Amino acid sequence: MSEPGSGDSRRITVDLLTRVEGEGALTLRTRGGELESCELRIFEPPRFFEAFLVGRHWTEAPDITARICGICPVAYQMSACHAMEAMAGVRIDGPLRDLRRLLYCGEWIESHGLHVGMLQLPDFLGYPDAIAMARDHPELVRTTLRLKQTGNRVMRTLGGREIHPVNVRLGGFYRLPARADLQALVPELEWALDAARGLAERIAELEFPDFHQDYELVALVHPDEYPFNEGRLVSTAGIDVPVGRYDEVLVEHQSPHSTALHTATARGTPVLMGPLARYALNHERLTPLARETAARIGLGAVVDNPFRAICVRLVEIVFACEEALRILRGTVSADQAAVPVPLRAGTGCGATEAPRGLCYHRYRVDADGLITEAKIVAPTSVNQARIEADLRALLAGELSRPDDELRFLCERAIRNYDPCISCATHFLDLRVERS
Amino acid sequence: MSDGQPLRLAVWKLASCDGCQLALLDCEDELLTLASRVEIAPFAEVTSRTDDGPWDLSLVEGSVSTPADAERVRRIRAGSRVLVTIGACATAGGIQALRNFADVDAFRRAVYASPETVEALARSSPVSDHVPVDYELHGCPVDRGQLLRVIADVLAGNRPHLSGASVCEECKRAGNVCVLVAHGTPCLGPVTRGGCGALCPSCARGCYGCFGPADTTNAPALSARLEALGMSRPAVLRFYRSFNAAAPPFADESIRHE
Repeated sequence: MSEPGSGDSRRITVDLLTRVEGEGALTLRTRGGELESCELRIFEPPRFFEAFLVGRHWTEAPDITARICGICPVAYQMSACHAMEAMAGVRIDGPLRDLRRLLYCGEWIESHGLHVGMLQLPDFLGYPDAIAMARDHPELVRTTLRLKQTGNRVMRTLGGREIHPVNVRLGGFYRLPARADLQALVPELEWALDAARGLAERIAELEFPDFHQDYELVALVHPDEYPFNEGRLVSTAGIDVPVGRYDEVLVEHQSPHSTALHTATARGTPVLMGPLARYALNHERLTPLARETAARIGLGAVVDNPFRAICVRLVEIVFACEEALRILRGTVSADQAAVPVPLRAGTGCGATEAPRGLCYHRYRVDADGLITEAKIVAPTSVNQARIEADLRALLAGELSRPDDELRFLCERAIRNYDPCISCATHFLDLRVERS
Repeated sequence: MSDGQPLRLAVWKLASCDGCQLALLDCEDELLTLASRVEIAPFAEVTSRTDDGPWDLSLVEGSVSTPADAERVRRIRAGSRVLVTIGACATAGGIQALRNFADVDAFRRAVYASPETVEALARSSPVSDHVPVDYELHGCPVDRGQLLRVIADVLAGNRPHLSGASVCEECKRAGNVCVLVAHGTPCLGPVTRGGCGALCPSCARGCYGCFGPADTTNAPALSARLEALGMSRPAVLRFYRSFNAAAPPFADESIRHE
């Protein structure tokens, strides 16, 4: 404990952040009641994907990069496929493009369902986990679990399994799903659509901390649709480039306290990706019921309170259910499971919208089809600097509070971003140093 | 449970993608039933509870790839009555064991601008290289049904039955036409442990070995067949060297193709 102005110093740590994916820690150092430093430390062991991809065959990238993250394997598979297809000059259109969007709908419903119900909601209702929450709010927990299950069913139907799907390849799929199996998804998605709308209204009535930030938000923007696989790289502060120019506008650097690389704009501004960014830049292109849900729960054109990200995730679940149903009610039969993707040596970039933000891949491939260079940027590593900035702002008026309260506040704030530390390479340990 | 205390389950993570512990959360229908009978903590991805041991059952995901994790896994073992490793990382070192065939310093320099701040062992190794393991559940990721059965067996005091038969057996039972024989599609099914339900051949693609080597394998015979189908030696090497690259029969066969 420290008294403001006493010259005391404190070091408060969260040794292992919980209810996030992967392992990280947080260290706060205060002196005389002022915050000296705030470091989100990611100490998940490095796994060196970008190094061991070199020398692998270009067609292997979707299956290998899926293993970066068990929560959002589809994002990695899709970004890898799009990067390689861009290199080959192949565009995937029509039913195959729709089926890829359907697969991505499944991953969003699953991942957002997990985050809303199991990772974030216990903070709002005052429980250590969804299991304890289920004793007092069984229906709430069962609903979020069933939403998650619905997403998993979509992924299983298209991908063979929900974690590391096996049916994705360059150009499309190995085997087209049976029409009857696709149609069997419809009733469950109809339930999920209603359930997500109801849940959004219920959760919007919870109490949210009054905390607002001026973010530079970055997401894909597509002229006709809420983005999954395609679009321009756009920010709320004027970035607007094709994905192929990602490296010109967003720059990575390494920070000594983390095995994840940090990202900022070329001007040095930390940016935020994920639901808040997608919503701010694309809400006009949400599906009708998703737009109606957003309006009904009082979301404006920009949501600048990260604690309300849970509401945006629910709007995105509504969107993903609606979009999935649209696809399933349309023409989903393709002539072939995949279009040919001929090898063309060169460099290819792809970026798609993982549940927690934009996932960027760039590969260089030689004439034998072997990868000679790989760069993968996960959204959590991009968001890390912005999360730290938010924590500093959040803590500014709160430092006289006891360590335990600060710990809870920080952990809760960090969960707002649904950080996937496995993706960012990698565990939160909160320490507060008050010196 | 002789003293009437609930059984205690812990879930731990080392170097991994979180996918195998997610397989437990994907048991949506059974999760609350399990949680009503068993105390689950720690399980960092799901709960803020950080209960101390001892635990009746520890599930360990991930490979040992840093000095800190080597020490951590010894503490987990010391506190656990039964320890089950889950997934290709924990049972074989995972995809990150590709470093075992390369120079880890070069990897570090390739990925990080300040490589001296990144701590990593030269090898990514299975948990069983460091501490005794009671049961191993294979797969990248593990199969959800297998995981539930093993948890139920261990907590009931039964010995889990884990088949070491190949994917081919499951593929025949699934009624698939053999993709290797009928279509000439390279397939690792004959040398790969079943458990997935022959997922890849059911999607008209060859098995890529994510459950690791079956109990009995004849990899050289399969390699000869793969080469006869036109696969180059480097392609055969890569085929064996993926998610279970460091598992001995696969590692040996890939080294034979260097």
